[in-house]
Amino acid sequence: MSPAQNLEQAQVAVLRGPLFGGDVGNRLFYGLLLSAAVLVPLLNLAVPQGSVLHLSIYTVTLLGKYLTYALLAIAVDLVWGYCGILTLGHTAFFALGGYAMGMYLMRQIGTRGVYGDPLLPDFMVFLNWKELPWYWHGFNHFAFAMPLVVLAPGLLALAFGWFAFRSRVTGVYLSIITQALTYALLLAFFRNEMGFGGNNGLTDFKELLGFDLHHDATRVGLFLASVVALGLGYAACRAITASRFGRVVLAIRDAESRTRFIGYRVESYKLWLFVFSAVLAGIAGALYVPQVGIINPSEFAPINSIEVVIWVAVGGRNTLYGAVLGAVLVNFAKTWLTAALPEVWLYALGLLFIVVTVFLPQGIVGFLRQRFGAAS
Amino acid sequence: MRPLAHRTVNAGRMAVPMLLLVLLSFFCNARADDDSAPALPTDYPGLLAALPQADFSTRTQIVARIVELKPPHARELFAAWLDNRLQSRQSDGKLFLVEAHDEMLDLTDPLTLQAAGSGKAEDFEPVRNNNALRKTLKVAIAEYDLADPDPRLRIAAVKQMRRDLDEETEAVLRQQLAVEKDRGVQRQINVALALGALADTDAAKRLAAVQALDGENAPDVYNALLPLARDAGADPDAAVRAAALGAVKHIEAWRGFYEALETLFFGLSLGSVLVLASIGLAITFGVMGVINMAHGELMMLGAYTAYVMQQLMPHSIGAALLLSIPAAFVVSGLAGIAIERSVVRFLYGRPLETLLATFGVSLVLQQLVRSVFSPLNRSVASPSWMSGLWQVNDLFSLTRNRVIILGFSLVVFALLRLVLNRTSLGLKVRAVAQNRSMAKAMGVRTERIDALTFGLGSGIAGVAGVALSQLTNVGPNLGQSYIVDAFMVVVFGGVGNLWGTLIGGMGLGVVNKLLEPYAGAVIAKILVLLFLILFIQRKPRGLFPQKGRAAEGM
Repeated sequence: MSPAQNLEQAQVAVLRGPLFGGDVGNRLFYGLLLSAAVLVPLLNLAVPQGSVLHLSIYTVTLLGKYLTYALLAIAVDLVWGYCGILTLGHTAFFALGGYAMGMYLMRQIGTRGVYGDPLLPDFMVFLNWKELPWYWHGFNHFAFAMPLVVLAPGLLALAFGWFAFRSRVTGVYLSIITQALTYALLLAFFRNEMGFGGNNGLTDFKELLGFDLHHDATRVGLFLASVVALGLGYAACRAITASRFGRVVLAIRDAESRTRFIGYRVESYKLWLFVFSAVLAGIAGALYVPQVGIINPSEFAPINSIEVVIWVAVGGRNTLYGAVLGAVLVNFAKTWLTAALPEVWLYALGLLFIVVTVFLPQGIVGFLRQRFGAAS
Repeated sequence: MRPLAHRTVNAGRMAVPMLLLVLLSFFCNARADDDSAPALPTDYPGLLAALPQADFSTRTQIVARIVELKPPHARELFAAWLDNRLQSRQSDGKLFLVEAHDEMLDLTDPLTLQAAGSGKAEDFEPVRNNNALRKTLKVAIAEYDLADPDPRLRIAAVKQMRRDLDEETEAVLRQQLAVEKDRGVQRQINVALALGALADTDAAKRLAAVQALDGENAPDVYNALLPLARDAGADPDAAVRAAALGAVKHIEAWRGFYEALETLFFGLSLGSVLVLASIGLAITFGVMGVINMAHGELMMLGAYTAYVMQQLMPHSIGAALLLSIPAAFVVSGLAGIAIERSVVRFLYGRPLETLLATFGVSLVLQQLVRSVFSPLNRSVASPSWMSGLWQVNDLFSLTRNRVIILGFSLVVFALLRLVLNRTSLGLKVRAVAQNRSMAKAMGVRTERIDALTFGLGSGIAGVAGVALSQLTNVGPNLGQSYIVDAFMVVVFGGVGNLWGTLIGGMGLGVVNKLLEPYAGAVIAKILVLLFLILFIQRKPRGLFPQKGRAAEGM
């Protein structure tokens, strides 16, 4: 039940260190993120197109997408690695944040849609709807949509978590009902009657805050926004895990009953951690949508959520930067393999699941730590 | 009804139309004699040969002769003729029963009913018929069917005749009623005669007919009575209309009842699928505590086994299906044992890791099937005894494959209980599940039992896959669509409790189908999922929780 001894020691080391030091991985993360923030825009905008060093806008967007995945992975690591809640439904929160952003972007299209309706998005005109559903009102304002990016997943997590943790659903049962949650949302969003574009989802976006989404500078801006969000999210998670709150959370993971008997309200700790994690996932989703240009119900698919878990497992859980490493590595492999050898990708992913859980239970970071001892 | 003049003369069943035909032929013959045309041949092949060139009145004569001769397969000939499927080859004038097949016709020899090759549609000319001839043919066919020794065929014949009643057919039915022994056939003839009497000019007869029809639920009765009950202008007599209204209300009450019964059946049918999908999981998850996300893919392997067996034995679909049940058990069972030995055994006591690793296995299996077969769905044919409807009565019919799968799920359940409760393997499985170290101390080889238990659960998943292959297409994603449901059923029923799985699965199936008419299929499914999420909050250990010390470790 309890994690490996060496990991506990590493954990203590993490907790002792200040926010910006003590841990090699931590410093490496900040260093790489900072250099990406400087180098990527520079290589794209300042280096001329023909040069070897030039970074295409496709790559910039791809990297930006990886960063939003990394933020999602951090959110999963926070609840799984630190609190032992294996969530198989975190992409539900990711997708909800994405839909909130998508609705804003949809309203920004205005008369430039295929049907040119000033009020209704194309798919509503296509479905012969006469007026905007009530829940679409207000999404034309950025200042209204952005709070909902946070609120929609946050409130769902609050409601779900309140029920689940209060009745002490734990372990695999919790995993299965989180999966059922995202599956139910998948089915719901597939329905045209829901008013979210049915199985096509929301797409064909034009601009964000007046910036043309097809413009290179906007893409670079979105990349930078992703860098900032990942950096802040990471720092916030680190602050939480290093705090007193974080230590109680670790205690819950390792001995839930004991923590409860000592007098902590286990449910509240779990609930707030879960809600915060869902909010992070929602923000990641909101940044993801304008970069890939579409949001549809398949984002809710249970398999996506399980894939996120494997990113975290590959990188190494309860380290946060391990989750980032895993997200970027696995997705890089996915991009490369699905293009070069599409047949092989599912084999590779499947074997990754098996090999990591059986041979590398603490992921790459855990393996490196074991290999190089307490150097980290 | 206008009585037919010659009815009183004959009492024999076939006599009325026969006489009619004889009379007709007599007149025709007389005319033919005047024209000094050649006399008709007297043997069946000769009559057939004469048919294409004959005019309509001669054709009527020929039919009468054939009815007298009663040669074999004449019924098929008449039926084909009625559908314009009796055609003559233009080159040699030979007659064939034809079956259109794209641009080609599949030919059948009318004398022997043997296949006689095929030919181009344009080389053939149908033997035409007119209204009078069509009537004669119908009566002739009805007589053949009513003379059949099988009462079910006679009932079908009466029902067929009811669709298109006229004086001649009614006369035939009256004759049949006089000699008919079977009560079912008698009843259907009475219905037919009452339906005919609804158009009678005498109000008392119409009323008697409506009263006779009250209590019959057949759709044609309902359709005949409905205008009388609803439309004031349909019948001048108020008593007839009132009686019709009463009869229609009775039918509608029965309809409501049978519709409810049908919903229940569909619910149980969905439930049986859920039970089949989850019962193997009840072993691996419920008894062993292993989260096997590859369970759905083991079902998929079973379904593909059924597909492969059918490819191997394309001429005996039924036998292939029956053989694929043990074959799928072996294939999926061995795959399960392989998974247990290579992955799961390293992860006992770490349920979350098991979940992830077996999910990896499921991805590999899916891709494997995609590479070996194809990403496209395959369809597994149903044998004849599994397709079609099982007509219980006029208002109620069940699809045969669903009835069989419902029964099959109960058989699988009973067998599994038998294995767990009455065999030494079952005893050891339960011992290991309850107290692993004590079982080990008593000499049970726990590792072997783990592998066998996992194999058993997986094998049952394979068997479930064979059943699913009869309901849906077989494709690489088959398993995925059932895995969430299957877990929900096991958790809902209570982990480690087979009865809970059975009742939970059936209950969820029925609830789902009850909700569907009000909420639509997707919303019903979402509601059931939400209900389950809330239910697990209230009773985290399911409907029938395990009690005692064994439950603590779960």
